[in-house]
Amino acid sequence: MTDIHLGPDRATEAEAAAIDAVVGASLGPAVLTPSERLVVGGTTRRNERRHLLLPALHALQHTAGWISPGGLNHICDTLQVPPAEAYGVATFYDLFRVDDPGHDRDVLHVCVDPACRIAGAADVIAAARAEGRPVQESPCLGQCERPVACFVQGRGRPDHTPADGDPPLVPQAGDPTLRLLRRVGVVDPTSLEAYIGSGGYRALTRAFTLGTEGVIAELEASKLMGRGGAAFPTGTKWRAVANAPGSPKHIVVNADESEPGTFKDRILLENDPFALIEAVTIAGFATGAARGWIYLRGEYPLVAERLTGALAQARAAGFLGERIARSSFNFDIELRRGAGAYICGEETALFNSLEGFRGEPRQKPPFPVTNGLFDRPTVINNPETLANVLGILLDGAATYAAIGTEGSTGTKLFCLSGRVARPGLYEVPFGATLGDLVDLAGGVTGSGRLRAVLLGGAAGSFVGPEGLSVPLTFEGARAAGVSLGSGVVMVFDDSVDMADVVHRIADFFRHESCGQCVPCRVGTTRQHELLAAPDGPPAGLLEEIDRAMKDASICGLGHTAATAVRSALALGLIGGQP
Amino acid sequence: MSETPVTITVDGQPVQVPAGSTVLDACTAAGVDTPTICYAPNLTPVNVCRVCVVELEGSRTLVPSCSRRAEAGMAVQTDSERVRHSRKMVLEFLGSAVELDQAPQLDPWMARYGADPGRYGPAPATMDEPLRVQDDLYIRDYDRCVLCYKCVEACGDDAQHTFAIAVAGRGFGARIRTEFDTALPESACVYCGNCVAVCPTNALQFKTEFDLRQAANWRPEEHSVTRTVCSYCGVGCNLELHVQDERIVKVTSPSDHEVTNGHLCIKGRFGWAYVHGGADSDQT
Ligand SMILES: Cc1cc2nc3c(=O)[nH]c(=O)nc-3n(C[C@H](O)[C@H](O)[C@H](O)COP(=O)(O)O)c2cc1C
Ligand code: SF4
Ligand code: SF4
Ligand code: FES
Ligand code: FES
Repeated sequence: MTDIHLGPDRATEAEAAAIDAVVGASLGPAVLTPSERLVVGGTTRRNERRHLLLPALHALQHTAGWISPGGLNHICDTLQVPPAEAYGVATFYDLFRVDDPGHDRDVLHVCVDPACRIAGAADVIAAARAEGRPVQESPCLGQCERPVACFVQGRGRPDHTPADGDPPLVPQAGDPTLRLLRRVGVVDPTSLEAYIGSGGYRALTRAFTLGTEGVIAELEASKLMGRGGAAFPTGTKWRAVANAPGSPKHIVVNADESEPGTFKDRILLENDPFALIEAVTIAGFATGAARGWIYLRGEYPLVAERLTGALAQARAAGFLGERIARSSFNFDIELRRGAGAYICGEETALFNSLEGFRGEPRQKPPFPVTNGLFDRPTVINNPETLANVLGILLDGAATYAAIGTEGSTGTKLFCLSGRVARPGLYEVPFGATLGDLVDLAGGVTGSGRLRAVLLGGAAGSFVGPEGLSVPLTFEGARAAGVSLGSGVVMVFDDSVDMADVVHRIADFFRHESCGQCVPCRVGTTRQHELLAAPDGPPAGLLEEIDRAMKDASICGLGHTAATAVRSALALGLIGGQP
Repeated sequence: MSETPVTITVDGQPVQVPAGSTVLDACTAAGVDTPTICYAPNLTPVNVCRVCVVELEGSRTLVPSCSRRAEAGMAVQTDSERVRHSRKMVLEFLGSAVELDQAPQLDPWMARYGADPGRYGPAPATMDEPLRVQDDLYIRDYDRCVLCYKCVEACGDDAQHTFAIAVAGRGFGARIRTEFDTALPESACVYCGNCVAVCPTNALQFKTEFDLRQAANWRPEEHSVTRTVCSYCGVGCNLELHVQDERIVKVTSPSDHEVTNGHLCIKGRFGWAYVHGGADSDQT
């Protein structure tokens, strides 16, 4: 590689020590070996340590409070990454700043997305600013069930959220019919012993008995569909990776959960971290993968703590590492934190982010099953998808497939927020209607009169009261022209200023577009601007923008960036010119 | 890669192209003019501008012809209503956000697709960047930048391997930057000018051109172009000397030249001042 040109700035001792602790120390069992070269494009991709860029930037931001020029030079020197590229990566993420904050205090991130907006986010921000606290407005923080959501980015101290100590808002907790949430609030999430005592690691034993082909056949027969939003059949994905040439193969957990209104993965992982680890291990066994990676959104400090502890306990007990559970199977899992970018939940953007590049989605094809992380065959799944695998193996595919409907098997997690009496995470068999869920959550509050539900998240759509009868199945949603997305049910009564909510959703997409492709980079900006047009938004032009974003954008963000806005216009939630 | 040529259908006409060709190659072979902005034959396709999209039978979305490999049996439409609409919107979006008056190659496409960049209200957000004149060799006017990534590729993996510039920021705020926006002379830039050569909109301009434009004396239609071989070393790079009023005003290299692929080094690109003698002969 050509020599790296570094400017004159040098890291402080504290900055250098923090960075070295991450990139210099033992790199952990799951990290790439030097022989694994990342040949995708040219030189930059051949740098086998580049994937440590994001952890190194985290360490610098945490210690210095910003990505200082000296600190960045130290990272670039150590990892042999050109500074312009590292700067380009750092400026991609909301949790990194490249200007000196001029203080050494923690930063309070306050959510301004709809559930928190209608619960008084503006007042919380004003109060914190009045106290002189450094405040950063944030998109949805994944705590919509307990608005107004906050996240404290620590300066030299661990990150935390003020609500970390609160019990999980899972109103059905303890109900014996629960499948995915059965341990939540019941079993100690910090103890491997407790996990095993509650049936943990029996599914892995069953997987070893079934063999790789048997596990994949069970998954296919279960008709499990991905819960990350795209509803892709999981068995098909695993088989494709198992059959794909090339090694090592990877299992990636997409725990970047940033779809506004979504908090299911956070509650699941805070309260049942071992279940994820067991399921990832099974995925590794079934597909012949050597490594697992959990890409966790940066604003989930409690999940990071629980998973870190759980990984260490699993490793110590022989459930990770060499010859797992005395089998001949070797596998380990590495935890990586995102840094504030919704787009990194898009699977190929996630790979780029993990590899130390800007979180820009890749053009597909090729698909992750053949060209995923480090250009190798990769299974990428949502944590909820993986949680289902355990029950499928334990009960058998037939029992599992009998739950729910013909086209949507099993149970589904729904994130209830907004104006409902009991916001929180709910698990129901597929087939319940939207109205059933709103009732389960205690009905509409505020004025008590339902105005609209945001179904599926910001990338989903608004439905009016007439939509309460829609069955929440993949096929039912499709027939109604909506999407379940990530299971968001955000409820608005008729006292809410819907124009403000819709405007904010447009702002969200403008802020979260990666900026790579023209239709989305400019389209999301124009959509947001036009919503503020003095005579109301021009519906015709918004439709033209939508069509171009849907047809010509690279990824799902652009494809869905206008869906909620246009559904709001169609429902009359906001006025508009034709 | 298989050696068998591939046959695909472009607007109903079968076209045969060599294996490994793109859909764009097939369109060109079929005699169809396809607009492109971020594509260049001497750079890896980044497929970001999306002006080259075509409708591929069986695909939910349109596909970028510049990067999509032609596969046997594909059928594409290049002038359907969907294609025309997306191309129009891409051109309109760029026209509404970026200064394009020195990118005349876009004008016929704007006209063909009926792009009207003026319909986004009185004050749509624009690039809104200061002019960067930091040395005597080239200037950067990012008000004209369409973020095609070409300069980044030319500076990095595809030619120079210097990585002095990259895309920074996100979304509409994305910009081409050195680290911390460091001035070019303090950055890793080696002044090969390969970024300038690939920029489609004159956001990157040789200082000679910039100065002549400032003086309202840039007359490209009168330029004579002389092809020669660079005399600095033995590699044999072909140079194209663009001459106005008997002075060299710009040096390029043909992108299909087997030695350079269109890319040069500082000596070939800027080392011609000695030709004119005088005070500026030691400027490199
Ligand atoms: C903009 C965008 C954001 C996404 N965010 C997430 C996410 O946070 N979590 C997730 O599991 N999937 C997310 N996805 C979907 C993933 O690309 C992918 O389909 C999913 O992780 C596959 O897992 P599954 O098959 O288990 O659903 C997102 C997609 C897009 C386009
Ligand atoms: S659609 Fe948007 S988010 Fe996706 S690649 Fe294009 S600019 Fe990036
Ligand atoms: S400066 Fe020119 S080459 Fe570089 S991204 Fe902008 S338009 Fe493209
Ligand atoms: S945390 Fe505020 S909307 Fe999700
Ligand atoms: S020319 Fe194909 S996407 Fe830009």
